[in-house]
Amino acid sequence: MRVLMLGWEFPPHISGGLGTACKGLVEGLAVHDVEVAFVVPRLHGDEAAVPARLVDSGGATVAQVAVDSALSPYASSDEYTRRATAQGSHAPYAADVIDEVTRYAEQVRDLIHQEPCDIVHAHDWMTFPAGAAAAKTAGVPLVVHVHSCEHDRSGDDADARVVRIEQEGFDAADRVVCVSRATANRLRSLYTITPGKLCVVHNATPSPRSEPAREVTPRVAEPVVLFLGRITAQKGPHTFLEAAARVIEDVPDVRFVMAGSGPLLPTIVERAAAMGLARHVRFTGFLRGDEVDRIYDEAALYVLPSVSEPFGIAPLEALARDVPAIVSKQSGVAEVLSNVLTVDFWDVDELAATIVSVLQSPDVGRDLAAKGGVEARALTWADQAGSLVEVYGEVLA
Amino acid sequence: MSGTAIVLYFHVHQPFRLRRYSWFDVGRQPHHFDDGGNAEIVRRVAERCYVPMTSLLTALAKEHEGRFRCAFSITSTVLEQMSRWAPDALDGFLRLVDTGCAEVVSETSHHSLAFLGDEDEFRAQIEAQSDRLEATFGQRPVTFRNTELIIDANVARIAEELGFRALLGEGADHLLGWLPTSDVYRPHGTERLKLLLRNYRFSDDIAFRFSNRGWEEWPLSAAKFSRWMHEVAEDARQVGLFMDFETAGEHQWEETGIFEFMRHMPGPLLDGGRFRFLTPGEAAAEIPAERDLELPFAVSWADAERDLSAWLGNPMQRAAHAALYDILPDVRRAAAGGRTDLLEAWRKMSTSDHVYYMATKGWTDGEVHEYFSPFDSPHAAHVTFMNALDDLARRAASAAREPAAAVS
Repeated sequence: MRVLMLGWEFPPHISGGLGTACKGLVEGLAVHDVEVAFVVPRLHGDEAAVPARLVDSGGATVAQVAVDSALSPYASSDEYTRRATAQGSHAPYAADVIDEVTRYAEQVRDLIHQEPCDIVHAHDWMTFPAGAAAAKTAGVPLVVHVHSCEHDRSGDDADARVVRIEQEGFDAADRVVCVSRATANRLRSLYTITPGKLCVVHNATPSPRSEPAREVTPRVAEPVVLFLGRITAQKGPHTFLEAAARVIEDVPDVRFVMAGSGPLLPTIVERAAAMGLARHVRFTGFLRGDEVDRIYDEAALYVLPSVSEPFGIAPLEALARDVPAIVSKQSGVAEVLSNVLTVDFWDVDELAATIVSVLQSPDVGRDLAAKGGVEARALTWADQAGSLVEVYGEVLA
Repeated sequence: MSGTAIVLYFHVHQPFRLRRYSWFDVGRQPHHFDDGGNAEIVRRVAERCYVPMTSLLTALAKEHEGRFRCAFSITSTVLEQMSRWAPDALDGFLRLVDTGCAEVVSETSHHSLAFLGDEDEFRAQIEAQSDRLEATFGQRPVTFRNTELIIDANVARIAEELGFRALLGEGADHLLGWLPTSDVYRPHGTERLKLLLRNYRFSDDIAFRFSNRGWEEWPLSAAKFSRWMHEVAEDARQVGLFMDFETAGEHQWEETGIFEFMRHMPGPLLDGGRFRFLTPGEAAAEIPAERDLELPFAVSWADAERDLSAWLGNPMQRAAHAALYDILPDVRRAAAGGRTDLLEAWRKMSTSDHVYYMATKGWTDGEVHEYFSPFDSPHAAHVTFMNALDDLARRAASAAREPAAAVS
């Protein structure tokens, strides 16, 4: 079976969990003898300027076909315009992100002749028009995969054009795969989707890049409470700061490390200073590979206070590296874990109290990390890809 | 004294800029500064400015046989950089002082905001700076200028207590109201100190507008400048031309003709017979202070606001400043136990440039870079500073706890 998969990003060039999920899926599908031609919309400086066939360490064959475009995951319309402008007037980029999505669709439709496939699988809204066009041209089924919808990303400020593109994608698709039951329920209430199209395939734990390594003599004495994710309103960075301010009343010697980048980062840096947290909160900016491993290995606790989190892979990574995790009840990952602490994203007092309890009772943290680690490691991409293969089988039948 | 004094004063400074210092460096990397970058910058400025400009001023002193006089302050941070990386620049300043026509002005050793953070540290940095200037140039300074020309009643009081004769300040409109910048003032509450103010119009004609082709008076010639100066009221006591030394060759590039201007500026002013060049110390000795001046709020020479907002205008700047002074007691204990290197590192972080880099005034670039560089954005500057300070705080606290062990 051959799948033409349309993504936004692929490791190591990722800005969020989507690229990680795509890599896991591709690796998992290889176990089931599914060949994937993976199209990414954006070239990076360290990639070949021509379409290249790569073989990654997991042994999965990844045909990485780059289409030159300024699209980037998670980009708002404003961010897109700024980036396209920064690339210079000679670049043939469309001025608006919606136009760019359309242009990408045309390129992918042309590409379909070089990349014959049995199924087209499109990840999130920016690839939906491309997926629909390619599937129609090739006369094959379309699977769309929702890692987050516009209402998750933008809350009440949802862009009506994006919502329409999502709806059209759901209309054109033979199956709509969601990363959690919570996401499926949201889609059911916010969009019109033919009953029977919706299905759930949870994400899984990424294969570890290295073995967890705790320093015997840590370079910093205080416990580190880790936030790792894009710094956007969706991820709840304000809640994290407010909880931090309450935690230091009980546990003065603690560092809150916010790892990640995003449009809200400058605001959050200023906010931390204004709240009197400049000495307690450290920022790392965007981290890659071994730096992510190091930051987990130095953490006493991982916190994901997302307002809206369709899934959330990072807590699985944390647990797999023996770091206990607190996640918001609103996150999809809570559906697949028992040994994780959950709080409502809006309940700052509860979040602070939970952080304090873990910091003050290291045994609790160790126990949660051990049991949660077992759960996380058992959640494999091979198994999840197996569920996806069943979905493929249904649409091909 | 009759006639009008021209008080030409330059400020020489380079900070020790921080290296890219991340959270992962905290507790591991004891060196906080970008030696490579700092060396490169001071060498470049030496070549473009310090060497040619000191040579020009030395030539003017000789050509006018002592009638051309000027003053400069030079921070300990830039002195250290010159001795490490640009000794020819330091030689240039030594030769200028050897003419007998240049006065050396004191300040805080590390161009700090210590007057706001800790009065003992403020005094200590001033004494250290005066000692260093005396050891380097053979003059005990009699004139004081605070960082960025910031003055208030407290600064004036301390300057007098430390024995200074003259204080330099900004002739800001909101400080003076209808009073002229050209008078010599007695800061209210002091008894002997004389305050000399900067004439911002004439100073900024040279320091800022000189190369601006959109300026209706461009190009500015020495003759035109002299004509304007001669329009100053006959009874004006002094005209303070205060500016960064780096004006010549760095802020205004050589191609703008700034060196030619400087070379020809004194001639027509001296020819008229009305003007005399005096150093600030000489002006303070000769010109009586005619009026008391209240200094009810802090005034600086920066930005349109002429206040402290360039350094302490936003929460990141205030938090960094507060955190810096919070660790000073530990740093002092560490230094008392032998770790004077930690005090020196702290003082290099007390340089006001670090909080200046965090200013968000006029910052419109919302782009977030993937990796923090101290100069990418005000936020990156803050994050970098707080990381480095976190590290320094740990070293100081640990040395303060065990001073005996720290010496080894």
